[in-house]
Formats: sequence, structure tokens, C-alpha cells
Amino acid sequence: MADNKFAAYICSGCGLGDQLDIKTLEKIALKEGKMQVVKSHPFLCNAEGVQMINDDVEKEGVTHVCIAACSRRSKTEAFHFPTVAMSRANLREGVIWVVAAGEAHDEVRQEMADDYVRMGCAELKKMKLPAGNPDKAHSKRILVVGGGMSGLTAAFEAAEAGYETLVVEKQAQLGGWAANLWKRVPFKAPYTEPQDTGLADLAAKVGSHPLIKVHLNSTVAETAGAPGRFAVKIAQESGAVTEETVGAIVQATGFTGYDIAKLPELGGGQANVVDQAGLESMARAANGATIKRADGKDVKSVVFLQCAGQRDDSGKHLPYCSGHCCATSIKQAMYFKNANPDIDTVVVYQDLRVPGMGEDFYRSAQEKGVTFTKGKASGVESSGNGCKVSFRDLILDEETSINADLVVLATGQVPSAGVELDAWTEVTNAADGGSAEAKQQKIVMHKSSVLNLTYRQGPDLPQFKYGFADSHFICFPYETRRTGIYAAGPVRRPMDLLQATEDATGAALKAIQAVENASLGRAAHPRSGDLSYPLVRLEGCTQCKRCTVECPFGAIDEDEKRFPVFNEQRCRRCGTCMGACPVRVISFENYSVDTVGSQIKAVDMPDEFSERPRILILACENDAYPALDMAGLSRTVYSAFVRVIPVRCLGSVNTIWITDALNSGFDGVMMMGCKKGDDYQCHFVKGSELAHYRMSKIGDTLTQLGLEPERVVTQEVAITDNQRVVTLINDYVAQINELGMSPMKGFN
Amino acid sequence: MSNANVQAVARYQNDFLREVEERVEEGHMVKMCMQCGVCAGSCPFGPDWEHSPQKIFMMIRAGKRDEVLGSDSMFMCTSCYSCIVRCPRELPITHIMHGLANYAHRLGLAPKGQPTREFATLFWNNLVKKGRVNELTLTLGHYFTNGLVSGIKTALGMQRIGLGLFLAKRLNPMEIFGGHGVKDLKGFHAIVAKAKEIEDRKKGFTA
Amino acid sequence: MAKKEYAFYPGCSSQLKASASNYLVSTNAMCKSLDIKLTEIPDWNCCGASVGYCEGGELPRIAINARNFAQAETHLPGQDIVATCAACWLGARESKERLDGSAQLMKETNEALAAAGLHYSGGANVRHMVEVLIEDFGYDGLKQPMKKSLEGIKFAGYVGCQTNRPFGIDGESFENPLYLDKMVETFGGEALTTYDQKVTCCGGALAFSEPEKSQKQIRDIVESAYDHGAEMIVTPCPLCQANVEVYQSEINKKQGTKFNMPVLYYSQLMTIAYGGSAKEAGLNGQLIRAEKLEKIAGK
Ligand code: SF4
Ligand code: SF4
Ligand code: SF4
Ligand code: SF4
Ligand code: SF4
Ligand code: SF4
Repeated sequence: MADNKFAAYICSGCGLGDQLDIKTLEKIALKEGKMQVVKSHPFLCNAEGVQMINDDVEKEGVTHVCIAACSRRSKTEAFHFPTVAMSRANLREGVIWVVAAGEAHDEVRQEMADDYVRMGCAELKKMKLPAGNPDKAHSKRILVVGGGMSGLTAAFEAAEAGYETLVVEKQAQLGGWAANLWKRVPFKAPYTEPQDTGLADLAAKVGSHPLIKVHLNSTVAETAGAPGRFAVKIAQESGAVTEETVGAIVQATGFTGYDIAKLPELGGGQANVVDQAGLESMARAANGATIKRADGKDVKSVVFLQCAGQRDDSGKHLPYCSGHCCATSIKQAMYFKNANPDIDTVVVYQDLRVPGMGEDFYRSAQEKGVTFTKGKASGVESSGNGCKVSFRDLILDEETSINADLVVLATGQVPSAGVELDAWTEVTNAADGGSAEAKQQKIVMHKSSVLNLTYRQGPDLPQFKYGFADSHFICFPYETRRTGIYAAGPVRRPMDLLQATEDATGAALKAIQAVENASLGRAAHPRSGDLSYPLVRLEGCTQCKRCTVECPFGAIDEDEKRFPVFNEQRCRRCGTCMGACPVRVISFENYSVDTVGSQIKAVDMPDEFSERPRILILACENDAYPALDMAGLSRTVYSAFVRVIPVRCLGSVNTIWITDALNSGFDGVMMMGCKKGDDYQCHFVKGSELAHYRMSKIGDTLTQLGLEPERVVTQEVAITDNQRVVTLINDYVAQINELGMSPMKGFN
Repeated sequence: MSNANVQAVARYQNDFLREVEERVEEGHMVKMCMQCGVCAGSCPFGPDWEHSPQKIFMMIRAGKRDEVLGSDSMFMCTSCYSCIVRCPRELPITHIMHGLANYAHRLGLAPKGQPTREFATLFWNNLVKKGRVNELTLTLGHYFTNGLVSGIKTALGMQRIGLGLFLAKRLNPMEIFGGHGVKDLKGFHAIVAKAKEIEDRKKGFTA
Repeated sequence: MAKKEYAFYPGCSSQLKASASNYLVSTNAMCKSLDIKLTEIPDWNCCGASVGYCEGGELPRIAINARNFAQAETHLPGQDIVATCAACWLGARESKERLDGSAQLMKETNEALAAAGLHYSGGANVRHMVEVLIEDFGYDGLKQPMKKSLEGIKFAGYVGCQTNRPFGIDGESFENPLYLDKMVETFGGEALTTYDQKVTCCGGALAFSEPEKSQKQIRDIVESAYDHGAEMIVTPCPLCQANVEVYQSEINKKQGTKFNMPVLYYSQLMTIAYGGSAKEAGLNGQLIRAEKLEKIAGK
């Protein structure tokens, strides 16, 4: 490629020209920013302005463009120049909309704009147009693990969209849990009667679909590779192994019912006590007629005990609510009432939870005469030819009991998510340490694994508490931390059939997106379409393993010499590895230690006596930066002493930026990232958490520099916090004013 | 046990809910209660009720016939309709309370001497007699239901009210001897008698 | 304004020398100013009130209401029935709605009516006087005959239960109906819109049988009016008016309070605003004199 040519375009529209001295900005871009072309325009985003830039690119050979106008989140369609590197200086949302109006503030306002132009130019100087990953991966086939309602739906939807699909099912037939059901909870208006599951029809459609290949009696023996090039070994019960290449995987391995043998206190193990699955078998046998017990007797009275071994706070049973079992009991009570309205059906519940249109279904059951009693069961004994259920009536506040021919326990969903990775790591370490027992355990674990990934991070998806498969449940439900592998259905959270089918459809679309992006060498969600990817200068690498360990997505393996091996198709471009690397050898073409570091250094630092502190804000571009823009949109004033730099994720913040900032005289550094912890909102799951962790270690550095720990703070910010960010900023500026100016000013 | 009660017990055996559904005004809605407790929190005399509407409905479903029909709670209803407008399941709670009270009263199971029961009976009889309510006989009658002595005491206690209303020309002592009434009393009585006959037939009060 | 005609259902308590006779007197004066012609339903009977349930039962209660409808339908064809008493309106409207909703009930009711040679065919709307005022006249319409302003008097608008629930007036909220406040403001008075006992139950008929419990309610209603700086309470319901006015002295005696808050009907306020005399407004029927109103009437 020919020589680089840098250009800056300064907009004077949207009131910029009235509030800012555009001439000064031009001069700064030219002199300090060293831009070869500098132009201003009264309405840069209109056709004429855009044409001006395009002409420069096409005719004048401009390769790098700095747009000094509105936020990088505005006018992205107008300012779409795919052939050049581009930076944006945010003068509108970042300056004129947030600095107090009036002459008194003219000076600080202009200073702020000057700095943003300097920063935009400095960043641009360090940027390259991302060329895209040359190592493209072309398989667009989709593997679905699990042939139940979720898996079949995902396979069918993907195939209908034109993608070749493989289904791997452990059992000898398709259908999974749903195949055992007599009817399902209604999912169509008027939501008053149990409905046919529709499973037979779906299984038939899948079985005969030209784009779907079904492997029954099979499991996944090994999964290697990355999106677009997963190498999968499918093992049949007989021992035969088929090797297949697929581009993405949907894991829809469902759940098993909680074992009622663990509930002897509720009669688990007694002849006339069954779980909901047991009742479905009885109902299928009855085929619409009166349901009979195992001993052949017609059931004339039945009691449903809700939350059996669920929502348990004693630590003995499942602590969570499975969500579907209230509606399921309502449905099952209707099996009885529909066969014979005189059958006594009592549902003993603590809270009846019927999400969606379940209220209508509940009412319908009440109309049919199903009795709902708010109570907590304390025991089930066999009595006469049936059971005696003792419970506390929570409305009448008394101990009481009822007799019934049959008791049904509403037990919960236990996810089939494979191996738990923490346990895996522990066993692996012990095995590597030579423990024979651990080696044996590892073999057993492998057998229970669903995917058998060859990743260094372990054979299955990471799990949440209670053993559910990974899922970014706040923002992107089917996303897991293993790029190209999507969890769908009750394996990722408890759910009913309707939710499972919706889940499966969503996961199928995600899988399609993943294979398409991989084939173009681009990032998958959430930086979908990003052409940049991590580049590592292995010459400088110290094999410290931080990047491999900290990458939230398991994208980095290790070679025999313990050097990191990047699997670009697995990478989400979060930059966490870049933030982690102590020798700073990881970078992206358009986002690196230098692109941010040069911006920090470009800020013009007033001296110690100016009474104008400078505070650096590193704001996550997913939530915090939009929140700041929104504050601007609502014209909420905040301090003009801050300089904001958006970052891909707080995880990408390298501590060198902090020390650079403090060294160059910044009085404080504030990082704004997403919520961390179990209920995280971080787009990259662990980024925010890692940043908090890293910053907790920065204290020593500060002490060495002779600075107070308050000079570096980290905040959790949500996208809706547009007013709160303002408070955070203003409070912090006040705090820094208290502390006084940084003693580091003027040393460089 | 009254005759009607014996028959009801025999007919419905343990199914009190069905009995209520068939024989109590709006009783078919009892099964639709979802036990949220909003009605219980809405009753003006709530703290004085032994069984809130919510509990009464639960007791009916639990088959507690004697407790329900012997409860004085239904008589605590002031007909304020707060519950009706707030019930998420749109149960006509006020009417069910009235219906239960009426049913318990008719079966002779309602608590003896319950003041509202007495007053309500007096009210209806007073109304039926003339076709319109005669406020003075009604109030006097009410204060004497508890027996003469306590009646005189209460009446004396309330004298200032009666006197005040009298002075304000809003209570007419002459009503004792006649007062307001419907002209076609015969027709009016015939209607009431016929309606009662139909209702008794419908609800199984006739033998 | 064109003359509007209604079939009037005064109800027992509004009869001459009954507890709400002042309501009747002021209503007549108010209607004169608005050019409303009320014709009493010939030989009307009691609605059964809510407390009639115990002895009365369902069908007898509906049947006696249907008797009134039949009378109105026959003798005052095409006219809406208008009740001034909240309980009458409620009892009648409830009966009407049940009859409208059930052919079976209609059949049985007519069977009963036939005993007196009557028949009801389902006509005659049942409305409350306030409904008529607001819906047929509107606040602007009500303002037209106004001669005097009630300026300087602070009113707590006590709506109570049965004009409010379960049917409501003019689609207003059950928890915070505003029509009474708006009426007060229409006539220049100050409405205490934050009065928090607006829809509290006064105990209704249970004021007789459960005096202790009812008086606790009444105490709350009056006390809060004082707390909000009210000089008078205004209400649309005769039972509310009677309970809240009559029992103040009893509560004072038992609990040492010093309640002396006049309790008026909207119709009394309107009569005064329309230039009527204290007598026409039935102010002489108050147990607790409304002196400020009397003064305006005298001006
Ligand atoms: S939207 Fe942006 S580019 Fe367009 S005129 Fe406004 S500041 Fe300039
Ligand atoms: S859905 Fe119902 S039965 Fe199931 S755990 Fe939740 S509350 Fe309990
Ligand atoms: S840390 Fe982020 S940028 Fe680095 S390899 Fe992992 S996913 Fe990619
Ligand atoms: S963090 Fe940097 S030095 Fe450490 S292994 Fe990764 S690339 Fe090498
Ligand atoms: S408010 Fe309605 S649903 Fe709730 S407890 Fe009362 S009657 Fe039942
Ligand atoms: S109408 Fe009766 S039951 Fe309902 S809230 Fe009022 S007093 Fe209670």
C-alpha cells in the first residue's frame, strides 16, 4: 500500500461553530495533530460533507480520517468509510452538550474540544485499517447436540434457513423429555386446555428433512477447533466413530428430573407417590380415560405437591424454582377432571407461579373444579389403600391432612450440562501432579462430558451456580463463553416447552450468525463484523500465561513450549488479553496499547497552579460511553475537567495506561465498566471483574509514585445510568479538588 | 338442626363447595378465588372479622361447613364494595358474603343474637310491612332487641341523637303509628311472597 | 336550557321527616334552577338496601326493585330513573344489571310481579343524581345558573362507598374519585384534594348494629377532615351524611373529642350557589349548623 495520508474533518454544524472556535481546532489538527489535510464543514454528515471526504479518499489518497464532530455512536451510516482507518473526536455529546452554557465557560469548553481533537489525531496516527483475519474458516454446517424439543426445533429452524444440520441424540429415538408427555401446557389461545405436544410431527419433519442428518444412539466423543472449523467425533453406542466438520454447535441437552428417592419425607419411594414424569406415563397409558394406578385401581382422588425438593433453603434439595411445574400440575389435574369431573384434585402450593398466559390456564382449572390450597406439605404416609398427605394450611394457619389415592410430586429440573470446570481443573492439576486416583476420575469425568472439547479450559461449557450451562442471561441469552457454541433450552436455565422452542430458534440464528462471520474472518457477537483480531509478537512473550488464563472465551490455547496459540475464530475481540499482557505484546490493528496511550499523552496538561485538574475517564463502549452520550443528549452538565476515552471493555485496560496518565500529570483516573459478579452485565462476562481485580493491585504503584489511592477509582455503570454518570463525575471531581492537584505535574 | 339443614347435609354430604355453588348467591364464583388476600386487607372492619372473605373462601374449599355457616364474620360486611372493585379475580365478594349470611340465617345456623343479623331481619320485616322503611320503628325496634332493660339504656343513651334529629325535623315520632308506606300493599306483599316462594323452591328450602 | 325529565326514585330516607329530608328539599331547589323535572315513580317501594340480604334473599330483593322499574316503565315511559340515595341507586342498578344479564332471572322476576298484575320488560336506565348532573349537564353546564360563589369555604369531599363502588361515577377511579372536588371547585369553594378519608366506609347500616366499630370509622373520617383544614364535609350519600353528622356528638361524649363539623349534601351547596335560601337548601335540617353557608345564603 502506498504512503499513509492523514486527514481531519471538523464539523461546525449542530451548534459546534457557535460554541467553539473552529479555526483554533483546525490549527491544532494541523500543527499538533500533524494532519496533512484539515478541512471544516458546516454540515459534515450531509451528502456534500460526506462527498468531500470520499473525494479526498478516492482522489487525494487519504488513508486515515479523523472526524471531529459528534459521538462515534452518531451518524455511523454517513461516516462509513470501509477503506480507511477512522477516529472520531466527540465534540458534540462530549463537549458542547455537557459543558455549562455561557461565556464564563468558554475557555474550559474550548480546552476540552482542543484536547479531543488532539486525542483524535493522536489515536489515528497509531491506527491501521484492519485487514481481516486471513485464516478464514468455511464450514457452515451446524451441529445440534440433543434431540428433544429444543434440539429438534433448533435443527429444523437452521435447516429451514438453508443450513446443513447434524443432530446427535443419545437415545434410540428422537423426542427427549417431551416424548414422554401425554399433552403439553397450552401455548395458543385460549389457553384453557392441555394441547397436543406436536412432537411426533416435528420429529418426522426433522427425520425427513434433506438438510438434516440424525445420529441416534450417539454422543460427542471429541470437539476440537473453532467456529467455522470444529472437528467433531461422533461416537455410536456400538463403538463406531464418525468424524465431521461443523461451523457452530447448539447444545440442547436438556435436563433430568430430580430423583424422588431423595424425597422420602414426601413419600418418594412409596407405591402411590409419583413424580410429574411418572404421571405423564400413567396418562399416556390411560389415553384419555380415567388414570389408573400401578396396581390397576382407578384414581378417584389425587393430590399434587408443588415445589417438591425445590425452592429449598435447607441446602438438602434444589434451591431454585423450575418455573414450569406449577403449570404442569395444573395440566395434569386437568387430565383427571377432563376424564371425570368427580375426581377430587387438590393442588397444594406455596406460590402458584404461572408465567406467560398461565393465569388463563389456572383460571380454567379453577372453573373445572380443581381445588387449589395454599399450604406446605410436611409428610406423606401410606394409609389404607392410598396416601395421607399432612400439610400446614397457610391461609387458615393450621395443621391438616387429606387422603388421596395418588400423590404427585412436582419435582425440579436438573440440567444435563456436562462437566463442571472448576472440579475439572482441580482433578487435572492433581492428575498432572501424578495422582493415580485423579487420573481415574478424569476418565470418569470425560465420560459424563457432553462436548468433550479439547480446549485447555476444559471439556464443556462453563457452568453457573446450580450447574446450568453458561448463558449471558442479561443481554444475550444463548451466548456462552465458548464462541460458536450456543446453549438452548432447560440446560441453561429452567424452562417450559414454549420457552424452550423460542430459545432453540434464537440459538439456531446465533449459530448461523457465527458460521457466517467465521467464513468472512470477522468477529462474532457482540462485536459482530469486526475485522480486527489480536496480533501477538511472540518474540517478546514471556510465556506468563496471563492471556490464556484471563481470556473469558477460552480462545487461547498453549503450544508445547507454553506459548499462547490464538484461535481467532473463537475470539470476541474484547481485548482482555491485551489488558492482561505485562509485556504488552498483544494488540489489534485499530486498538492497541498505543492508540489509547497516545491519546492520554496528547492531552494538554495545565500546570499545578492552574486550578484546572484533568481527570481521565476510561469508559466501556458498551454501557458507560452510551450513558455519557445520553447525558449529553439530555443536556446534563458535567465537569469540563474530564477527558473520556472509550475502551472495548474494562478488561482491555492495561495498567500502563494508568501509570502513563498519572505520570503525565492527570489528577485522577476513573474507570467505568459494567456490573460484575454473578449477575454481571459485562458484555465480555469477565472483563469488568478482571479490571476491578487488576486495579485492586495498583495500590503499590501509586504509593511508589507518592499518590493517594483515591486517584484511581473503578465504577459500575449501566447503560441506563445517564444521570448517575454525571453524579459520579461531579462527585469525583469534587473529591479530587479536595485532594489537591497531582504532584506529578510538570515532570515531563 | 332445622329441617332444611338436615336435608342440605344429606344432599351434599361432604361437598360443601358444591352446596355453596348451588345454593348461595354468586356461590359459583368461590372456586375462582386465588387467595391473594386483597379483600382481607380491604375490609373496613377487617380487624374485627374472625374470618376474612379470603379465609371464608378457603374454608369453603376445605369443607368446613359448620365453621363457615356458624361464623359471624359475614355479618361484619358493611357493603362498602372495596373488595369487589379490588379483587383481581373479580369475585362478587360482597354478594357472596351476603349470600352466605342469608343461607346461614335461613338454615338457622347463624349465630344467635348477632346484632347485624337481628337488625337486618328487623329491617326487612319493617320494609315488607309497609313497602317502605320506617326509620323510627326500625331504630327503636333495634335498640329493644337485646331485651327491654338494656334496650331502654341504649335508647336513652342515643336519646340526644333521636332528639336532635327530631328537632331538625328529620325523625317523625308519628311514624310509629303509620307513617310512609306503599299504597298497593296487597300487590307488594304478593310480589314478595311469590319471589320468596320461587327462591325457596330453587334453593331447596321447601320440603 | 331545555327541560330535562326524569323518573324520580327518592328512597325511604328522603321522605318527608325522614333522616335525609333535607336532601330532598335541596334537591328540589337545585333541580328547579337547572330546569330539571323530577316525577316521582308512582307508588314506589323500598330498594331493600344492602342490609336487606339477611332475611330478604336474592329474588325478593330483585323483585321489589323490579316493581319500581315496572312502575316507571309504564307510567313514565322513556325516562331514566334517577335516585338520590347511594344505596337505592346501587340496589336498583345491581338488580337491573342482574336482570339484564339473565333471562332466567327475568322470567322468575316477572312471575313474581305477575302476582300484582305487573310486568317489567327491561327498560328504564337506573342512574344516580350526581351521574345525571355530571354526564347530562357537565361542570360547565352546572355553572350556568350560578349566582353566588362559595369562595372562602374549605370542603372535604367525602365520597364514601356506594356512589363510588362498584359502579363509580363518570368512569372515575375507585381509590381517588375527583368529581366531588370538581363540583366544589365549580361553585367557587376550595376542595381539599388531598383529604385521605375520601372513600372510607362510614360503617353503613352497621352504624346501628355495630356502633363501636362504625364510630371508629366515623372518627377517622371527621378527624382527617379537621387535619386537612376542612370547614365542612360534603357528601353525595344520605347514609354517609347521617352517620358522619349524627354520631359526632356521641363520639365527643365517649372519647372527649370536640367534633363539630357540618356535613352537607352537594345539592345543598348547589342550592346556595344558585341563590336559594337557607330554607330551600334544607340548612335548617342540619344537626351541626353550617354557619358559613347560611351567611352566604343570607347575602
Ligand atoms: S450530526 Fe455530527 S456531523 Fe452532523 S452536523 Fe451534527 S455534529 Fe456535524
Ligand atoms: S414452578 Fe411452581 S412448583 Fe415449580 S418450583 Fe416454581 S413455584 Fe414450585
Ligand atoms: S481475551 Fe478477548 S480479545 Fe483476547 S483472545 Fe480472548 S476473546 Fe480475543
Ligand atoms: S500475556 Fe503476554 S507475555 Fe503472557 S503469555 Fe500472553 S502474550 Fe505472552
Ligand atoms: S381479593 Fe379476590 S382473589 Fe383475592 S383473596 Fe379475595 S376473593 Fe380471593
Ligand atoms: S363489601 Fe363487605 S366484604 Fe367487601 S370489603 Fe366491604 S365490608 Fe369487606
